[in-house]
Amino acid sequence: MTGISRIMAGIGLGVAMTAGALAPLAAHAQEETIKVGILHSLSGTMAISETTLKDTMLFLIDEQNKKGGLLGKKLEAVVVDPASDWPLFAEKARELISVNKVAAVFGCWTSVSRKSVLPVFKELNSILFYPVQYEGEESERNVFYTGAAPNQQAIPAVDYLMNEEGVERWVLAGTDYVYPQTTNKILEQYLKDKGVAAEDIMINYTPFGHSDWQTIVSDIKAFGSAGKKTAVVSTINGDANVPFYKELANQGIKAEDIPVVAFSVGEEELAGFDTAPLVGHLAAWNYFQSVDTPENADFIAKWREFIKNPERVTNDPMEAHVIGFNLWVQAVEKAGTTDTDPVLDAIIGLETPNLTGGIAKMLPNHHITKPVLIGEIQADGQFEVVSASDLVPGDAWSDFLPESKPIEADWTAPINCGNYNTETKACGAGAM
Amino acid sequence: MNAMRLIRLIALLLALLPTLPAFAQTDDATLTTLVNALAPGNFKDRETAAKALGATGDPRAVPVLQTLLDGNLYAAKTTGQVVFLAGDGVTDPATGATVEGMARGDTEKVKVNNGLRRGLRTIIGQMTLLSEDRATRMSAAQSVLRDANPDNLELLNSALSSEADPQIKAVMETAHAAIILKTDASVEEKTAAVAALKARGGRDAVTLLTSVLASSPEELKPQIQGAIDALNQTQAAWGVAQNVWYGISLGSVLLLAAIGLAITFGVMGVINMAHGEMVMLGAYTTFTVQEIIRRSFPGMLDYSLAIALPLAFLVTALIGIAIERGIIRWLYGRALETLLATWGLSLILQQAIRTAYGPTNKEVANPSWMSGSFDLGGLSITWNRFWIVIFAIAVFVALLAVLNRTSLGLQMRAVTQNRRMASAMGIRTPFVDAMTFGLGSGIAGLAGVALSQIDNVSPNLGQNYIIDSFMVVVFGGVGNLWGTLVGALSIGIANKFLEPYAGAVVAKILILVLIILFIQRRPRGLFALKGRAVEQ
Repeated sequence: MTGISRIMAGIGLGVAMTAGALAPLAAHAQEETIKVGILHSLSGTMAISETTLKDTMLFLIDEQNKKGGLLGKKLEAVVVDPASDWPLFAEKARELISVNKVAAVFGCWTSVSRKSVLPVFKELNSILFYPVQYEGEESERNVFYTGAAPNQQAIPAVDYLMNEEGVERWVLAGTDYVYPQTTNKILEQYLKDKGVAAEDIMINYTPFGHSDWQTIVSDIKAFGSAGKKTAVVSTINGDANVPFYKELANQGIKAEDIPVVAFSVGEEELAGFDTAPLVGHLAAWNYFQSVDTPENADFIAKWREFIKNPERVTNDPMEAHVIGFNLWVQAVEKAGTTDTDPVLDAIIGLETPNLTGGIAKMLPNHHITKPVLIGEIQADGQFEVVSASDLVPGDAWSDFLPESKPIEADWTAPINCGNYNTETKACGAGAM
Repeated sequence: MNAMRLIRLIALLLALLPTLPAFAQTDDATLTTLVNALAPGNFKDRETAAKALGATGDPRAVPVLQTLLDGNLYAAKTTGQVVFLAGDGVTDPATGATVEGMARGDTEKVKVNNGLRRGLRTIIGQMTLLSEDRATRMSAAQSVLRDANPDNLELLNSALSSEADPQIKAVMETAHAAIILKTDASVEEKTAAVAALKARGGRDAVTLLTSVLASSPEELKPQIQGAIDALNQTQAAWGVAQNVWYGISLGSVLLLAAIGLAITFGVMGVINMAHGEMVMLGAYTTFTVQEIIRRSFPGMLDYSLAIALPLAFLVTALIGIAIERGIIRWLYGRALETLLATWGLSLILQQAIRTAYGPTNKEVANPSWMSGSFDLGGLSITWNRFWIVIFAIAVFVALLAVLNRTSLGLQMRAVTQNRRMASAMGIRTPFVDAMTFGLGSGIAGLAGVALSQIDNVSPNLGQNYIIDSFMVVVFGGVGNLWGTLVGALSIGIANKFLEPYAGAVVAKILILVLIILFIQRRPRGLFALKGRAVEQ
């Protein structure tokens, strides 16, 4: 090497070493944060439902930071948009965990999006808090289900219709994917066990974003005019609900004649929609904005201040995120770290108040206790509670399907299994 | 003589007796007690209280029950006194006087659920069957029909005798027939009732007959079953007609979406993957126009669609011309590159709208004349679909006129048939290309205005229609308006006939498979263009 190039090399090496020495200092000069991943669709057919959940997480992280953060560090939100594209959910989850190094992820809505990300969370050993009502038949080690299982939403809703409204004929209408298909399987079995004849049950599936409901609503009308009281149990997801309800109103189907109980329609889906023709149709959730408790009033006030919109509504999946986030914070503080395995152990058995005056407890099957509320749509897009139950513990494996009845999920020692068969005393056998 | 007068007087009194309850006036205190009983307890208690209130027959009870039915009845939080809301204050339902010292904030709503609403409608129906207002009497008659309670028979008979309006009388007679079947009337009366119900027809009659079939006497059962079967057959026939109507309305939507594509594809052979976004832009124009009117000229809200139509056409036509001049022109003759370029353009347009308006759906209000439905024989036709069919026909006719009667149309047809010859004849083909693209995109914009009424307005709106538009164009034949019309209608009707049997998802798949099979036999589509120079 010539003299000049030796000098250049020396300078280059010196700069590199200094940079190398300073880099960790630079990182420490920036405050260390705990990153929380937010995996909700901000565009596409599910944006109508999921955008508000992203905002809720930002609100909760902001509130926690005002209290001093977690373990002495600030929380930082990492938001990605999987755009209602199910395979993209898995990619974005991987990005959040591997690239952004988040401590936990709060996300997903549709069951197909959750099923897409399960392998990622298992492989990279991270934590997912799933806030939406779903079909059950699942309990994963890395997932906490803060939304309703079928025994906390679907079954009580059907009971209400059967007992209070005297319904004898049933239309099970859903979007064509795993959640409505599995829920309808459970409900069909439940209805048959209760003595409903097969010809009194009509099952119907439509694609996401379906907008031409003429035939189906007309079929519902025809099915409902056999002299027996008919009801529709709707597992329709996303913005297909808007033309569905519009068609119901246009064809003159009143809630008193053929009530529709929906499991995926809440205050957010009804916002900006003229709900006067829908008064009396029902939804089954574990939380409604109209529930009058001091915790709820406080939450709504702070939320509206954060989002700078005095008209913004709240809904059940938002409460599920509140519960999930609070339980996660408690678990991290109890475990003293954000590492996955200690948090997974610490969180079981923890309790936090929900917004309707009860307590949500994290059970060994990774579900929580929730009250069941049935509400009727009002003209202002809010729900009026017409039936409320005590706290119901979530049951991951439905007792109404013969193949899942003997299966229990228990992630505590000694069982430590998500699909433990109590008859064969084996883990993983008999899983669906 | 005296005895006769006495008998007539007694007869008159007896005739008046059923009507008496409608005119009874209870004293204020009793009424207030009964009204206040509506607030406490659960829904079943409320229904009992409402029945007691209805039994008084006091006309002042009707507005109370109606207000409760509408969900607007409030009760004081502390005392439980039931009140009407009037502005910021409250009034007493029994006297109408303002209640001092109580404001809106001191009250809470009296809750209603579906079961209670049903009960209230029945009670109000019974109380208002003899009302002076025609609309009230009609809804009362319908609720009596729906309830078909034998307790209402006397009331119904007296109402029937004094009813003059033929439509209301028909409803009352059907209610009468329905009630007769539930009572222990003689077989002759019941036979007549079954015949009356059968003559009335319709789905209600089937429901009523089915519900009494099990509990009626043996000799009547075959007649009832026969009536049900006959009515079901008529229903089935009307059901076919109904499916045809649904098919026509679906076909009209497809027609609107596809016709612009047929023109551009026909004239230029360009596969425009951004066509769906033109539809989406038309829908967003409608939304923007409505927002501007809502904010600045709220009185003109009913005309927002009329204003949006030409604006949507202009906006999308200009964007279409810009696309043609800016992108398509450079890729003339290269179909794959055009496809890719327009696909990329569609993504850009979607994201542009997403950035400008946000990713969530936008609410476009339906004008009142587009809500509800009307009955045509046994068909139930919703107004929004009806107007869209009319609109599609109007657009089609206008387009035919443009193509066949204007010089631009003549030039477009010439270029479609033989581009080089047309160019040799002095037609400025680049100009025609730009105008065609503009026209096709403009029509798509008009389709967007129509679709904003029946579908969600979101940046993805175009994606839902692009595949269907291509299906229609390929099936119907390229460049031919009549082919597009027939193609759209037949796909729509076929889809709607498959849907009840196969479900919405499988029906769509089957249609796609059928089109693929059809194309194997006739690759040029239904109405292929003929001519020597066409195969290029």
